[in-house]
Amino acid sequence: MARRKFSAPGDEIETRHPVIVNRYRGFTRVNHWITAACMIVLLLSGFSLFHPDLFFLTKLFGGGQNTRWLHPIVGVVLFFSFVGLFVQMWRLNLPRKEDVEWTANLPELVLKGDESKMPELGKYNAGQKVVFWGMSVMIVVLIVSGVMIWEQFFPKLVPIPVRRIAVAVHAFAAFAVILIFIMHVYAAFWARGTISAMTRGTVTGGWAFKHHRKWLRELAGRSDGGSAK
Amino acid sequence: MTDRAPQPLTAAANPPVQPLESNLLPSDVVRVSATKDVPKPDRQLTEVAKLIDVSKCIGCKACQSACIEWNDTHPTVEENVGVYENPHDLTPDMFTLMRFTEYENPETNELEWLIRKDGCMHCEDPGCLKACPAPGAIVQYSNGIVDFIHENCIGCGYCVTGCPFDIPRISKTDHKSYKCTLCSDRVAMGQGPACAKACPTQCITFGPKEEMKKHAEERIEDLKSRGFEHAGLYDPQGVGGTHVMYVLHHADKPSLYAGLPDEPAISPLVREWKGPAKTVGLAAIGLAAVGAALHGLFGRALEVTEHEEEEAQELVDETTPGAPADKGDA
Amino acid sequence: MTNAWTDIKNTDLVIVMGGNAAEAHPCGFKWVTEAKAHRGAKLIVVDPRFTRTASVADYYAPVRPGSDIAFLMGVIRYCIENDRVQWEYVRNYTNAALLVQEGFGWKDGLFDGYDPEKRAYDMDGWDYQRDDEGYALTDPTLQDPNCVWNLLKKHVDVYTPDFVADVCGTPKDRYLKICEMIAECSAPDRVMTSMYALGWTQHSKGAQNIRGMAMLQLILGNIGMPGGGVNALRGHSNIQGLTDIGLLSHTIPGYLSMPKDDEVDFETFMSTKLNKPTQRGQTSFWQNYRKFMVSFQKAMWGDAATAENDWAYDYLPKLDVPYYDILRFFDMMSKGQVNLYFCQGFNPLMSFPNRAKLTEALSKLKLLVVMDPLQTETAHFWENHGPFNDVDPAQIATEVLELPTTCFAEDEGATVNSGRWLQWHWPGATPPGQAKPDTWILSNVFLRVKELYRTEGGPFPDPILNLTWDYEDPYEPTPAELAKEMNGRALSTLYDPTDPAKVLVEAGQQLPNFAVMRDDGSTMSGCWIYAGSWTEDGNMMARRDNSDPGDVGLFLNWTFAWPANRRILYNRASADLAGKPWDPARKLLEWDGERWTGYDVPDISPTAKPGEVMPFIMTDEGVGRLFSRKGLKDGPFPTHMEPFESPVPNALNASLRGNPVARVFSNDLEQMAGIADPDFPCVGTTYRLTEHFHYWTKHSRVNAVLQPEFFVEISEELAAEKGIRKGGQVRVWSKRGEVFAKAVVTKRIRPMLVGGKSIHVIGIPIHWGFMGAARKGYSANTLTPFVGDANIDTPEFKAFLVNIEAAEKGPLA
Repeated sequence: MARRKFSAPGDEIETRHPVIVNRYRGFTRVNHWITAACMIVLLLSGFSLFHPDLFFLTKLFGGGQNTRWLHPIVGVVLFFSFVGLFVQMWRLNLPRKEDVEWTANLPELVLKGDESKMPELGKYNAGQKVVFWGMSVMIVVLIVSGVMIWEQFFPKLVPIPVRRIAVAVHAFAAFAVILIFIMHVYAAFWARGTISAMTRGTVTGGWAFKHHRKWLRELAGRSDGGSAK
Repeated sequence: MTDRAPQPLTAAANPPVQPLESNLLPSDVVRVSATKDVPKPDRQLTEVAKLIDVSKCIGCKACQSACIEWNDTHPTVEENVGVYENPHDLTPDMFTLMRFTEYENPETNELEWLIRKDGCMHCEDPGCLKACPAPGAIVQYSNGIVDFIHENCIGCGYCVTGCPFDIPRISKTDHKSYKCTLCSDRVAMGQGPACAKACPTQCITFGPKEEMKKHAEERIEDLKSRGFEHAGLYDPQGVGGTHVMYVLHHADKPSLYAGLPDEPAISPLVREWKGPAKTVGLAAIGLAAVGAALHGLFGRALEVTEHEEEEAQELVDETTPGAPADKGDA
Repeated sequence: MTNAWTDIKNTDLVIVMGGNAAEAHPCGFKWVTEAKAHRGAKLIVVDPRFTRTASVADYYAPVRPGSDIAFLMGVIRYCIENDRVQWEYVRNYTNAALLVQEGFGWKDGLFDGYDPEKRAYDMDGWDYQRDDEGYALTDPTLQDPNCVWNLLKKHVDVYTPDFVADVCGTPKDRYLKICEMIAECSAPDRVMTSMYALGWTQHSKGAQNIRGMAMLQLILGNIGMPGGGVNALRGHSNIQGLTDIGLLSHTIPGYLSMPKDDEVDFETFMSTKLNKPTQRGQTSFWQNYRKFMVSFQKAMWGDAATAENDWAYDYLPKLDVPYYDILRFFDMMSKGQVNLYFCQGFNPLMSFPNRAKLTEALSKLKLLVVMDPLQTETAHFWENHGPFNDVDPAQIATEVLELPTTCFAEDEGATVNSGRWLQWHWPGATPPGQAKPDTWILSNVFLRVKELYRTEGGPFPDPILNLTWDYEDPYEPTPAELAKEMNGRALSTLYDPTDPAKVLVEAGQQLPNFAVMRDDGSTMSGCWIYAGSWTEDGNMMARRDNSDPGDVGLFLNWTFAWPANRRILYNRASADLAGKPWDPARKLLEWDGERWTGYDVPDISPTAKPGEVMPFIMTDEGVGRLFSRKGLKDGPFPTHMEPFESPVPNALNASLRGNPVARVFSNDLEQMAGIADPDFPCVGTTYRLTEHFHYWTKHSRVNAVLQPEFFVEISEELAAEKGIRKGGQVRVWSKRGEVFAKAVVTKRIRPMLVGGKSIHVIGIPIHWGFMGAARKGYSANTLTPFVGDANIDTPEFKAFLVNIEAAEKGPLA
């Protein structure tokens, strides 16, 4: 069996007529949505504590006290949930030479929606990789700085000057994460046909052909790639 | 308007015994945590201050005991760890603490036992209030008292981060932040703080800040006459001045007194985090979101075309190993 | 106190030695702060430890525990040598010029006439040379070698700065600086005050420590002066009042003496009391003794005390020993000679020395009754509390009754402060549970006992049956009734002796003062010095007028001070021989040509002419005593004596151990470390902390929080030597027992160089036990020796020998 170079275990062509490609297994999808749910809770609760104008958001969680304890706990859940995604995805997110070309042609894509000059790609394009690595780094930063300012359980963990750095870093990292998050969500909508990858787990052949041809090619070339009924 | 208790001139004055209405009203608030546009009060209370004359302090802890009694707190009976500080630190149940430092003055070769009553300094520019995310959890009255309104406190500990003096402590029981209130409840009734009332040597005095400064001048003069040429008032301008001030024998080296900050100020990190960063951050996020939305509206979506579906079909058919052109009748 | 707390604000120099006023008397210490802040006064602290008082002092010097006399005699020597003496005062107001009998001498640390068998001096020679009429001979030129001044000069000669530094461990430069500061106060317009407490009394020569300071203050002309005096800081709230009304077993109220066995009748008793003046024209106030004594007997037994029956003199108990102090009493108890012990408001198991002996003694009682607001260790001495009270209850047969009493804040009455002010107070709280006032308990006991005597008789029921008990509710006399009784009233109408037509006091009226008391049975007073406290004008003790004419800090209309509402004792001495104040800025009294006027109640007859009647009316000389005739058993001058347990031999006489005339019970001597005992190289000293009051406040959670656990304080040097860490556990032991404690390692205690060797001091605060809210702890009195002062038997808690080691695996949590 050919080595997987551009695809993850579980990626397979589900049906050949029409071509439906299995992009994410159920486990991964659940993993993703837990992470996503946590992210949203964290965004809302984080926002509510970040800016007074958004403090009203604490009502979503039953008030300030609840928001205060909920946020870090959800943060921990998100962290471990994300670790799950990381383990599954990090290999295919390693940079490759075609990423350079892709990035160079990105303005064309964004401004004109012209993808024609893009090289053939594996499972992820450079944009997705930026999201992945950006999230990975920032989530680590968030969990570390978050624990440092977690009054309820770690009040004496770091000295107060360090805590001051930690709150600032935490806020900055959250800011970065939010930008990445916006990019991620938007891209999912922008590139039509993407969302089903995380809902049903599948994409159409055309979607795979258009955006991740090498990935599709590898799946098609695999003996088990056509284990469709 | 009803007659209110006059503001006390000294804490030693006996309190009035007739029932009185509170002299501190919500309308006297000049700053409120996480709240913009606090309406300007229609009256300005005289700024008050507690003056702690370290050179008169005998470390008797009567202030601590009065503080426990008045605020009805219940600190734990700890063990002796080889020091005179008991409890060993400020706690949610101990708003003030005598801190003891044994200092060998290299200039005089004399041992000095520097005893400082630690507690909230009631900064004119309070770092806790600045850092607090909960609207109304920390307020400052026009007389300068910085008070925690516990029903609004969410226990996040940002005040701990914001305070340049390491004062607030978060309760493990009710997850609210506690510190000295400057006995705002007593002051509201025309009395001085409990600690000042209990202080046997009148090392702690309380009254209008200007008078306290004048009193401090006298004390500093006395200390200078006794050879403490660097005696001075600790009213750090880095936090806009404080409503708890110290007379120090060594005002040039406040940190001798169990680490009293030499030049306290709200950390620039906290200032940024709670200042421009908020707006800039939110704006940037907003812009990003709006940008994405606009792009979504006006930009071209990346649609998969029928042609691409066909090409995919072709690709799959061609590259599938083993059985070429299995057009599979599914 | 000779003066008042409020008067301390008038001083120029405060010396706190033998006390720790800021720590133990923080509220009174405010007046020191006041003097410093508003008069520019200086504060000197001399103490083995750099105390809380030292933390606000202008100058501090260490002194080895138990060496204060050498220090004080050294200061006197310095003043004499440098001519820093208030000469006019010394010549006129002290006995400097009086001639002492030939043959009075002192050698090798002992006065002549010492009998080691009796442990006593032959005091006959400690007296003045007298003329035919019995008046003392004087030499106003101070030339006679036998005049007190020259004897004093000779006596203090040995206390050179080097000697003092070597004995006291005080660095010589510091000692000399202090001498210089003190000596400045010999100027008539500079005044020093002395504040002392148990740091001077709890020694086997405590009275002499205080004498030393009293003499120094006389030499500086500071007695009777505003801002001067010798001020005993009384510890326990109302210990002053207790002493006033006869706490000590050899006194009855008003410092009158309890009769002795050999004073077989009233006249014999009185014969030694009516001190005839030893100088012409002097007051010798004790000549009024009989009036006070008869008035007391009338207060006790009313109509049953008559001239015919010697005013019921026989009803009074007679002492067969000098006194039944608590040390003697516990010694008797330990020998099984005591059956019943009524312990009222007192916790001896914690407060008296050699705890093992105390436990043994209490175990031999048949019945112990404890009256206390708190559950004391004494009441629970039989309970096993692990290492903190390691007894076997099965082996103790003593029956213990605890009678809960009210606390001071729950009842009404007067508390007498150190300045002799009787301050009336009102209940601030309702007594909890079944707590009853002490008066209720004792009245009920008394009335039941009386009933038994009435019905069953007994060998001598008269004092019980005839005791005056005319209270409205005999089962609960009110504080007002008792206070009025102590003040006294006229039993029949009193007429002016110089004008028999003039009525002074109607029959039945309260006495206005003690001057109207009579020895013919027409007046009664339970405590003569309190006369004037509850007059026909009402309760003087409840007055709360804080006006202060002249801003002298006397507050004459605030409560009542004994005697006669006088705020500064010997205040006549604040003016010169002509009656002009020494320091016009400190005017207290002035002779206006006819009488004494001024701000205080004169401590002299208001019409006593200056230059004729001398200021010290309580002495038979009329002057202050630099040489105390026969007052103290251990000498007319203080002389350096080592503590019974001393790290060095006595520098004056190596064979002397402790105070040569102090009473020691033989088996206790065996339990003492030897002189410079190598097994016990460190000096232990006990003391109080401001966070606690004796053994009470450990029952209060707030105080327990502020100082939770028993600790000892040691120097960094000793800690390094013994491998003791800050906060670590240590074992401290003496020849009598051991304690485990936490270690506070501090720069505030330093080794001292004494007799050429380095001596470590270990500070041992006293406040913990096995009852209450604070952590259970060992008690300091486990370590202390069972010996007291030669004159009054206050235990030697301030200087004894111990050893110390790190004990990380000790029993403390």
